[in-house]
Amino acid sequence: MPRLEEHCWSCSCSASVKTQELSSARWVVCKTAEMMSIITSVLSHAYGSLHSLQSANLIRRGLVLFIVGVVLALVLNLLQIQRNVTLFPEEVLDTLFSSAWWIPLCCGTAAAVVGLLYPCLDQHLGEPHKFKREWASVTRCIAVFVGINHASAKLDFANNVQLSLTLAALSLGLWWTFDRSRSGFGLGLTTAFLATLIAQLLVYNGIYQYTSPDFLYVRSWLPCIFFSGGVTVGNIGRQPGSTFVFRNET
Amino acid sequence: MTVRERIRQNISAAFYRHGLLCASYPVPIILFTSASILTCCYPLLKLPLPGTGPVEFTTGVRDYSTPSHESQGDLSERPDWYRGPPVAYIQQVLVKAAVSPWDNSLVPVDVFRSPLGRVFSVLEEIRNHVYTDRSLEALCLQVTDLLPGLRRMQAVLPEHGCLLVSPGNYWQNRRDLFDADPDLLKTVHQHEPKGLHTSATLKDLLFGVPGKQTGVNLYSKKRVVTYTITIALSSYDARFVASLRARLKQLHPSANCTLREDHMVHVHFKEEIGIAELIPLVTTYIILFAYIYFSTRKIDMVKSKWGLALAAVVTVLSSLLMSVGLCTLFGLTPTLNGGEIFPYLVVVIGLENVLVLTKSVVSTPVDLEVKLRIAQGLSNESWSIMKNMATELCIILIGYFTFVPAIQEFCLFAVVGLVSDFFLQMFFFTTVLSIDIRRMELADLNRRLPAEAGMPPPKPGPLRPRETPPPPRPSPHTITLQAPAFRNLRLPKRLRVVYFLARTRLAQRIIMVGTVIWIGILVYTDPAGLRTFLAAQVSEQSPLGEAGLPPHLGVAPVFPGGDPTSTLSGLPAPEPTPLPENQSQGHRAAHPEVAPVSSPQITWGPEDEELWRRLSFRHWPSLFSYYNITLAKRYISILPVIPVTLHLSPQEAIDTRHPQDTHHAPPPSIKTSDLQTDLTLYKVAALGLFAGVVLVLLLFCLYRVLCPRNYGQNGVPHGRRRRGDLPCDEYGYSPPISEISPLLLRGHSMDIECLASDGMLLASCCLVGHIRVWDAQTGDCLTVIPNNGLRRSSSSGCWEHRDGGGAVGGQDVDIFPIRRRTTPARPALFGDQPDLTPLIDTNFGLSPPSQALSSSGFDFGGLVEKAYQEHEPSPTLAFPPSPPPVLPPELPPQNNGDWDSSVWAMELRGNLIATGRSSGKLELWDAVEGSLRCSNEDGVSGITALAFLNNRIVAARLNGSLDFFTVEITKPLGLLQYRGPPGRGSLPPSPCYSSEDVISCQLTRSVQCAHQKPITVLKAAAGRVVTGSQDHTVRVYRLEDSCCLFTLQGHSGGITAIYIDQTMVLASGGQDGTICVWDVLTGSRVSHVYGHRGDVTSLVCTTSCIISSGLDDLICIWDRSTGIKLYSIQQEVGCGASLGVISESLLVTGGQGCVSFWDLNYGDLLQTVYLGQSSEGQSVRQLLVLDNAAIVCDFGSELSLVYVPSVLEKLD
Repeated sequence: MPRLEEHCWSCSCSASVKTQELSSARWVVCKTAEMMSIITSVLSHAYGSLHSLQSANLIRRGLVLFIVGVVLALVLNLLQIQRNVTLFPEEVLDTLFSSAWWIPLCCGTAAAVVGLLYPCLDQHLGEPHKFKREWASVTRCIAVFVGINHASAKLDFANNVQLSLTLAALSLGLWWTFDRSRSGFGLGLTTAFLATLIAQLLVYNGIYQYTSPDFLYVRSWLPCIFFSGGVTVGNIGRQPGSTFVFRNET
Repeated sequence: MTVRERIRQNISAAFYRHGLLCASYPVPIILFTSASILTCCYPLLKLPLPGTGPVEFTTGVRDYSTPSHESQGDLSERPDWYRGPPVAYIQQVLVKAAVSPWDNSLVPVDVFRSPLGRVFSVLEEIRNHVYTDRSLEALCLQVTDLLPGLRRMQAVLPEHGCLLVSPGNYWQNRRDLFDADPDLLKTVHQHEPKGLHTSATLKDLLFGVPGKQTGVNLYSKKRVVTYTITIALSSYDARFVASLRARLKQLHPSANCTLREDHMVHVHFKEEIGIAELIPLVTTYIILFAYIYFSTRKIDMVKSKWGLALAAVVTVLSSLLMSVGLCTLFGLTPTLNGGEIFPYLVVVIGLENVLVLTKSVVSTPVDLEVKLRIAQGLSNESWSIMKNMATELCIILIGYFTFVPAIQEFCLFAVVGLVSDFFLQMFFFTTVLSIDIRRMELADLNRRLPAEAGMPPPKPGPLRPRETPPPPRPSPHTITLQAPAFRNLRLPKRLRVVYFLARTRLAQRIIMVGTVIWIGILVYTDPAGLRTFLAAQVSEQSPLGEAGLPPHLGVAPVFPGGDPTSTLSGLPAPEPTPLPENQSQGHRAAHPEVAPVSSPQITWGPEDEELWRRLSFRHWPSLFSYYNITLAKRYISILPVIPVTLHLSPQEAIDTRHPQDTHHAPPPSIKTSDLQTDLTLYKVAALGLFAGVVLVLLLFCLYRVLCPRNYGQNGVPHGRRRRGDLPCDEYGYSPPISEISPLLLRGHSMDIECLASDGMLLASCCLVGHIRVWDAQTGDCLTVIPNNGLRRSSSSGCWEHRDGGGAVGGQDVDIFPIRRRTTPARPALFGDQPDLTPLIDTNFGLSPPSQALSSSGFDFGGLVEKAYQEHEPSPTLAFPPSPPPVLPPELPPQNNGDWDSSVWAMELRGNLIATGRSSGKLELWDAVEGSLRCSNEDGVSGITALAFLNNRIVAARLNGSLDFFTVEITKPLGLLQYRGPPGRGSLPPSPCYSSEDVISCQLTRSVQCAHQKPITVLKAAAGRVVTGSQDHTVRVYRLEDSCCLFTLQGHSGGITAIYIDQTMVLASGGQDGTICVWDVLTGSRVSHVYGHRGDVTSLVCTTSCIISSGLDDLICIWDRSTGIKLYSIQQEVGCGASLGVISESLLVTGGQGCVSFWDLNYGDLLQTVYLGQSSEGQSVRQLLVLDNAAIVCDFGSELSLVYVPSVLEKLD
């Protein structure tokens, strides 16, 4: 890295001499050097922290959760967009990937945070989660979560209240089937509340909007989705670290 | 509660009987189930195969009337979508035009310019057709506006008014624009998409025939231009259509046209599935497969894991099919998209019951009959199965009362599916399970027979069921781990097959083949769709695509340059006058048939009847979608085509020429267009290949992310090879400098065999018999008891501690912290004993691989092996990794005298060290002074295990007898002091003996035949002595009166590990991989689980869980009360089997050159502490946990003392 830095230095220096714009070039060079040193330090810090077992485990977990969150957000967002489907799949994909690129990223980050919070909270409360810890039930949980989203997007209900009540019952059932812990419930509720609040704010500021809002600015089933999403992500995050630790062994 | 209990009992009894039934008559029951599955699936034959292609239905034109909305049940042949009026009636006017006869003065453009020009007159005719005050304007489908995104199509497609498309649309239906167009082909092709396109192209839409057949190109051999004028009618007026047909036929009669005109075809389009809809679908299926994978992976301890997994999947799938079939039978037709709800149905039904059943049956005692095992397993789980099923039914019932049609239908399906799944589980799966278990038993029986016949010691011992290959046993009582490299060589055939399956990824391939077959079925059932679509894709890619596929590729180019070769036939040009007589026209048309090939001729064949079939199956949907009309789940009616034949004279063609037409560049040869076609094919192929590669990569990534464990338990040898030099290191980086630094205690010249501690002191004994006593707190060496000085002690009875001071002084130098870089020269410890000096050098130079000696947590295996090497040298060949070249030279000096010096067992209490020798002698040493206090030579058989509790010593001998000794102190009691409790707080205080006491050790009782076979494990706690033996039994003795309380039977293999603690918890593990938990008070078995494939090598309990490690390098954590496996940790191969529990939630395991700390609650690896710099080959075999949060483990010839305060702080 230092060699690269030097190279960069000399390159920009010679370039600046040639173009005779000394002041601006020097400024650029300074900034470049600054940036590179920052990057180097960040990289070395990250590399060093990788050496520590705990943080490596944490990072790996977070990465998995982030990817899961991004994928789920993409898929489920697609499901929602699909309700006003156009006949041109290219355009749907265009809108999905261009205008709302930040949604999957946000969802991924949120998934990582919530998913890591769950085991932390468990450890803090001193009640390790022992209920249904194997991967099979986690996959089942994810499937049910996708199913709830599917239902919210595809089913035609008589009125919105019915839809919201059904989804609320479904998400409670999800919690009862796969989690059954107080911390899970509490964190799920918090997640739902915060996420709904953020969604309200976003819609209020006109960043995006829902087709037929019935709960202030958003759909009333949104908290249910967030709740079940929190529980699902928590379920993934609670998987014993050994599965992550021994991943490279296969 | 009583009612509940009674119900529970009844259910349990019923399940028991049912299990007996299933296991008794497996074949009839499987036949019966298969028959019922087939019966229930029979109605499915009526349902269409899944696919998105359009469906057709043909009715006659004459008696056609618009179908009503109400379904008429009597018309069974009528499809259910054929209700209500169609979206549109499509009337196509198929025009075939040719310049005839062909003149060699004509240029290639003339082939299509004038024929296309005639479209305007035909259009005019159609537009102006009026029949009894009905005009086309009144009948046709009025379109309003194009979709906003299609501005570029605006000029071409009609924007309002009648939906009537023809090639004339290219020129806004204006003849003057057409005539002024210098390059018709460019106009036609300017709207064609460049890349691959999924929907129909504009050219297809306007021409209404597949691009290949239009004939609008410069190289057409037939010189016939074909196009259609497509009219969409909103309502059907038979008389108007008939009059239009008659009029057109009259104007442009078609020769020998025998097209049938009596059928109209209704085409129903399914819901379109775009990429956007496919992504969630694919996601759900991926989740489904992951679920199935994770579920079936849990099936364990059966004969054929794959068979059972297949049976489980078959159970779920066929129950779904049965539910759909039953619902269809009772008239409930599925309206939901089956593919969409299918994954959710599988998830709702789940594989859990199947797994629970398997586990329950497998955990029943092996020694029972198969029938009884099945019955017991079923009845054990009956209550939970029924409870789960009732809960699920309740939930579904609640869902049914939401009164949302979709949910109701889903619930109905789910209920029927659940019930049929229950039925299949009870009958099909249980029976398959019973067959599997019986096969397993048979296999076991076959294997055990030679072993049971009689046990000649040199023979390999009994092979045990369901495990990785057991190491050969040269001695019946030896518990030996083998080197990992050798474990892979002797795989049984069955395991090899399984490994092969896993290695070649057979499952994935089967799935792939299944997908290919499914696509094949789709193509087969949907010929109008994919096939034509693909063909159209291929042909339309080249800009001059129409010439792309000439019938004979090898034929020379037809029109090189000015076209002199294509001479004209001598026939006069027929006037294109309307002639009503078909016969004469036919006669005239018959003439060109004998004419040269180049003469254009218009023929009508049956293939022209339904030319629209050759179009892309997205042709109509895309045409209508431009006007925001969706055809999904609706249908259109296609009326029979109206044939129109146009014959043009060459003069007419010349007249309509554009001035630039003659300047047309000479066309490229056909070969280039061939090449282009081929390129297109290659492009398609490359795209497919690319997609395939991406898919494979994606699947691979998914596999890496989702399946972290060993796939089918293979991959061990590869993993081993990859990371050869860094044991226990999963990350590929060098071992981190841990905050916990181990303290190495050096001094032994050979590998350490016995290790004992009472908390304050630590005694160790190496292979040559030197005993060293260390301070457990500081790691200082207190006493050395060398072995060969004993020759004198045996004669005098009292050994003088001659060189003790010097040795202690020298030991301080020997204690190195691990991080010291330079290893100082080892001082010559035994300079006055010349016979051992070369021995020491030999040992350190060669450093025998000690994992070969790793024993089962107790110090006994390696000793016995050594003894075995002494007594019967021949079976040592069975231990290739053991160091036979090293050991023999050291043996002679020890065997010189009559004194057999090897120490087989050692215990430390107070300041007394009890050692059991291979000669059967029991000795008591003073730990501090290093003097022999007492010895007892009552027994002759070697002492294999010792227990020292209070003032009693229990010795287990090689011949299976058990001796109880009492240590008596004959000094006055006033001098007897008591030290603090040395053990883990609750141990009774051990007396501390002063050096003045005369200590005698007397044999109080000897149980001659405690076990039939050698005793392998001896543990004592809480006033009980527990022994485990090779004869599959565990015996519990009372310490005070040495009376045998219980003989515990339940294992089907020799006992390899026992755990007992102050709370009277007794757990035992055997060679069969089972772990039994016993109640010591009653002698009853509390739980019985199958834990490992292979020996259970070590067992430790905490208050809430049991931790076991096995030969399969797996550490399992079990719930102590329920016996349910909480999770398991896969360890490095040969990682050792030593376990220790430091606190309630901190587990420590020994590995190759390292010890690892685990958080028991979460299964997290907390830390790995490396004991030495070059750790390869040295594995930790014994591990003692001291009460001051320190652990002691042996590490080759060194001892390692690891303090773990930081880990403790983190947890508490």
